[in-house]
Amino acid sequence: MKIIKIDKKDWAGGLKKSENSYRLMGPVKGGNRLTSEFRVLEKGQVPDLSLSDALLSPKSIVFPQSESMFKYTTDENSDDVNILKRPEKEYPLTAVVGIRPYDAAAFLILKKNFDTKEYRDPYWMDAYESCVFVGLAVNEPSSTDFSASVNSGPFAEAGLDVLLADDGDVFLAKTLTDKGAAWLKAAGWENEADLAHASKRIEEMKAAAEKKIASTISFENIPNKSIMELYNADFWNDAAFSCINCGTCAYLCPTCWCFDIQDENHGKSGSRNKLWDSCMFPLFTLHGSGHNPRDTKTMRVRQRFMHKLKYYPDKYEDGPMCVGCGRCVRFCPVNIDIRKICEQMNSYKAC
Amino acid sequence: MTGYIDKIKEIAKRILADGDVDMVIGFRKGTLPMSNEPCFITTPDQVESLVWDGACGINLANYLVGHGDKKIGVIAKGCDCRNIVNHIVENKIKRDQLFIIGVPCKGMIDKRKVNDIGEGEVTDAFETDQMVTIKGASFQETREKADLLQENCVLCVHRNPVIYDELAGDEVEEQTGVDRWEDIEKLDALKPAEKSAFFDDLFSTCIRCYACRNACPLCYCPQCFVDESAPQWVGKTENPADVKTFHILRAYHCAGRCTDCGACQRACPVGINMRFLTRKLEKDCFDLFGWEAGLTMEKRPALDAFAPEDPDDFIK
Repeated sequence: MKIIKIDKKDWAGGLKKSENSYRLMGPVKGGNRLTSEFRVLEKGQVPDLSLSDALLSPKSIVFPQSESMFKYTTDENSDDVNILKRPEKEYPLTAVVGIRPYDAAAFLILKKNFDTKEYRDPYWMDAYESCVFVGLAVNEPSSTDFSASVNSGPFAEAGLDVLLADDGDVFLAKTLTDKGAAWLKAAGWENEADLAHASKRIEEMKAAAEKKIASTISFENIPNKSIMELYNADFWNDAAFSCINCGTCAYLCPTCWCFDIQDENHGKSGSRNKLWDSCMFPLFTLHGSGHNPRDTKTMRVRQRFMHKLKYYPDKYEDGPMCVGCGRCVRFCPVNIDIRKICEQMNSYKAC
Repeated sequence: MTGYIDKIKEIAKRILADGDVDMVIGFRKGTLPMSNEPCFITTPDQVESLVWDGACGINLANYLVGHGDKKIGVIAKGCDCRNIVNHIVENKIKRDQLFIIGVPCKGMIDKRKVNDIGEGEVTDAFETDQMVTIKGASFQETREKADLLQENCVLCVHRNPVIYDELAGDEVEEQTGVDRWEDIEKLDALKPAEKSAFFDDLFSTCIRCYACRNACPLCYCPQCFVDESAPQWVGKTENPADVKTFHILRAYHCAGRCTDCGACQRACPVGINMRFLTRKLEKDCFDLFGWEAGLTMEKRPALDAFAPEDPDDFIK
């Protein structure tokens, strides 16, 4: 492990230099200027690091909202008639600059779904493996950032290749992997800081940031409760009442991984698409027969929180399927708050 | 406006205790500044959890359907009441199922406007009748509430409940001299290509979460056309034509019914003002038929009925 000192005066120049061998992605303002998101940067464009807590999570870098899995043709005159073919797509080496530690941690959760012993999702994995994640530590956690309680934290390193700590006029860049070191080298930043001194400084900043975390959740009792006890708990109708069953929580969530598959046909050719889906939508579980096993909103809301806080931890022997970014808390149109529901689940005692 | 809550609690307590209703739908305190959460209570002792302030913008008419024959008390401001009228006219609910606690309204606070005031996050907010004070880590600011209202509230000319069983306070003075259509007239005056570019830009960030549709009391179709698969009317990707098809068709389904309660825009996580569409149709209904939705139970909505005096200039 090395810590490289990057003078902010050299920041834009180094990024530009790294563009010789990397594509850059970073946080920018969205199309209508009210949103922020991670996008491919234009040549010479500097990521706006004030937008690292982007409204839209960087999940879409690896898991786009819609993606063509196959193209097909039913034209008898074509050599490829009735054959599903993966579309040509390039996966250039990409440095994702300014991603938050919690969003990088989310990719490790997603990976458990897209890269298993039995299956390897090639679309997800090819995109994931082409990325170098250059994280920006959180100095000022938002009031809804509870990442320190779940899988992550303001200076967490999991899932990152480089961790940048913003220290006034300089970034202290902690190299965490060879991939990360290679990118720093490509940017021409080689000014190694005194390791003991810089490590101490990062530890101080980390402690200061953790002290500012205002939001926490507790889930330590949930693993000891049976699924049915929580499933049949008496608070779900009350908790779900306000839900309008939109997809905001799932679509802004960096760890929600569910997708739908739909064909789009134009004449004799078409595309089979992988599309974000949400367990809040009634259509999510609607059977071809017309039967819907999850046909009330209470059942759907319960599913969301049981999946994140009970089914996933039980199945993967991991913490919650959540990195505490707080997006669902801030943007739920009716103020359903996962922190409150987690507390209800954690303290629930069946009568 | 903050003073309504005592009367609201008194009425809610009484109608629950007397068995006039099985439940009361209102708001409870939310977990973030300027946020309240719709909730229901079923016993008189639960009334203490009810709140009323400028963060009650969500339209509670959206929560009335799906409770069978239950008698429901609902706390309703002007726009909520107009949507309740819609529901009654459209046979979604029966008038005698409802006990409407009407709240004369002075407008609801736009969280986005509040969040834009200070540098950094708003961590606390206090409200009086006229003023809103917000606090962040490094700032404290006090502003006139009138400057922080949702756009639809700024333009509102029906603040008082149109139907109710009991009012939570004296009626308020309706706003006069409001130019409701200034921005729509500007849009109307654009050339077709400019209009097209305007709407391309407006919907460019839509993530198709359907929060607008689901927050809307009018959007109660058992299955929305975008969710139908046989035939599939609309593609499911972020293709701009499909995104616009969703928004435009949804707006048309609301023509002559929309009360401009602002629920759609308020719910949108990416801040799209889709009210440009619904308000254009609202204006057309007003100009062509003299129609404003949800003001009377005696008439069918404009596009739901024919009258000999309806304009027919478009028939060539």
